[in-house]
Amino acid sequence: MGHGRFGEFGGRYIPETLMSALYELEEAYTRCQSDPAFQAELSGLLKHYAGRPSLLYDARNLTKEAGGAKIYLKREDLNHTGSHKINNVLGQALLAKRMGKTRIIAETGAGQHGVAAATAAALLGMECEVFMGKEDTERQALNVYRMRLLGTTVHPVTSGTMTLKDAVNETMREWTKRVSDTHYVLGSVMGPHPFPMMVRDFQSVIGREIRSEMLEAEGRLPDAVVACVGGGSNAMGAFYDFIGDGAVRLVGCEAAGRGIDTERHAATIARGAVGVFHGMKSLFCQDECGQIAPVYSISAGLDYPGIGPEHAYLHRIGRAEYVPVTDDEAVEAFEKLARAEGIIPAIESAHAVAHALRLAKEMGEEKCLVVCLSGRGDKDVAAIARYRGEDIHE
Amino acid sequence: MNSIGEAFQNKKAFIAYLMAGDPSLAASAEYILTAQEAGADLIEIGIPFSDPIAEGEVIQAASARALSAGTKLDGVFDMVAFIQDRMRVPMVFMTYLNPVFVYGYERFFARCAALGVGGVIIPDMPYEEQGEAKEAAGKCGVAVITLVAPTSEKRVAEIARHAEGFVYLVSSMGVTGVRGEITTDVPSIVAEIRRVSDIPIAVGFGIATPEQAAYYADLADGVIVGSAIVRIIGQYGMGAKEALYAYAKGMKAAIRGG
Repeated sequence: MGHGRFGEFGGRYIPETLMSALYELEEAYTRCQSDPAFQAELSGLLKHYAGRPSLLYDARNLTKEAGGAKIYLKREDLNHTGSHKINNVLGQALLAKRMGKTRIIAETGAGQHGVAAATAAALLGMECEVFMGKEDTERQALNVYRMRLLGTTVHPVTSGTMTLKDAVNETMREWTKRVSDTHYVLGSVMGPHPFPMMVRDFQSVIGREIRSEMLEAEGRLPDAVVACVGGGSNAMGAFYDFIGDGAVRLVGCEAAGRGIDTERHAATIARGAVGVFHGMKSLFCQDECGQIAPVYSISAGLDYPGIGPEHAYLHRIGRAEYVPVTDDEAVEAFEKLARAEGIIPAIESAHAVAHALRLAKEMGEEKCLVVCLSGRGDKDVAAIARYRGEDIHE
Repeated sequence: MNSIGEAFQNKKAFIAYLMAGDPSLAASAEYILTAQEAGADLIEIGIPFSDPIAEGEVIQAASARALSAGTKLDGVFDMVAFIQDRMRVPMVFMTYLNPVFVYGYERFFARCAALGVGGVIIPDMPYEEQGEAKEAAGKCGVAVITLVAPTSEKRVAEIARHAEGFVYLVSSMGVTGVRGEITTDVPSIVAEIRRVSDIPIAVGFGIATPEQAAYYADLADGVIVGSAIVRIIGQYGMGAKEALYAYAKGMKAAIRGG
């Protein structure tokens, strides 16, 4: 898979100004991969700072409610900062520091990646600036303040649709302005090579842990691994270790918003087409002229018109399956998990929970599946209340 | 077809950029002819894209205006067809890869060739990713114009060796837009290109004043002026002809003297 390609997908479609930085990054990353000191420092932080390994929880009440396969939850929500995003951010921030960079910049949708970046910057003594769509700064106000508490400057992005896609645009523009001392900590398995590969590697700890925890709990591999997909980093991290295990179904859950037959969704696999955007050839929601479509989801973290190139590839070769999950289904699963297990998931992760409930029933009692619970839901409580018609103030 | 090389023949080239469809395709047709009349040696026609990541605020806004006015690629082609017979100077398109990719490389470049558009500039398609487009463009005789940036360093020679049409030398870090001061060491990048190729070099990004234009025309073979022109059109809308003519004439005079 040389040159950052996953079949026809991937590549480095980025302004010339950034090309040297991408080569420099790839070289530094390759060096660090085989550098025991780097690996030791990263695993030390993942263990003692982020709290890994994260638990694999046997969700008996949820299993009973679904009435079928045994459901396990991979508790990425218990990581420091409350989501899987910290896995990637610690890796990239350490790498940036080794490269002599003193400043990191990041895009964020729901704010989880921005908070993780702000946290790593505080820990490692780096400057940090986060770009966030203005609409998202409003629906995720709590996370904006968390970032500021951590010493990060948050820039609300007012161009385009004022959501995640525009935050990525603006962070890329900022990187072209100032690249020599700055690393762009991309938050998902997207963008130009080497980001999709590197972010996948940093997140693949999720799947490796699932494997050993499942072997310990059940003495066998799961029959399915289910995860939500925006850009697709928690899903890629959960899937990667199982790609060679053909019997393990890999299921990505996309945001169908108000439904894939409406114009208000972000279901890239279900409704997108091949295109080139944000540094990669992949699948994108777009119109017939190649203009990127405004997308919608109740979840700011899944509200993105593209998908990482490796997911597009896994879809193309039929190794992974991708299903749309609507706002309504996600909110219902959000509430169901809270009541059944006393766990409030991120609204992003609730998309995976919703499909896992259906899938468990379909698969039957002798099977077991793992849902990647990519983040916790504190940030979403006010929005869910609004969705249910209650206006609460944080 | 007017070849791109003609723009640089025995003179320093003044390259004028404007966004097709801002404020309307009819206005763009008029303004392209205006720029030609005022002395532009090559016209760069922007095709609007929803997410122009290499552009500053001025061209981003123009792109958004053009799209809200309903501008589509076929409409841009029709507009160029409408003025084709009156064009004496070469034209190139500047856009992002996705609209071209979705339209289909072969179909896109065949239309360019039929309309006398001699080249394309696609800022999110760096040298390494040009293979697919260059194959289709080459068959139609359309040049794929490459950018060289202040950070290109070791890549400059390789890019210059394979360059087509002209080298678009990005004067500064960052996105397009008017700048008071440009700090890049442009002369040394020009020298590096000249070492391996005699292809014309045009400098762009941030050039707005006659003084800047004269300075860079002297260092290279031409200058590209975008945001300053787009700003005039943004300010005057359908009535920008006179202001555009005066501005372009002034820039051309500065370059000729340089």
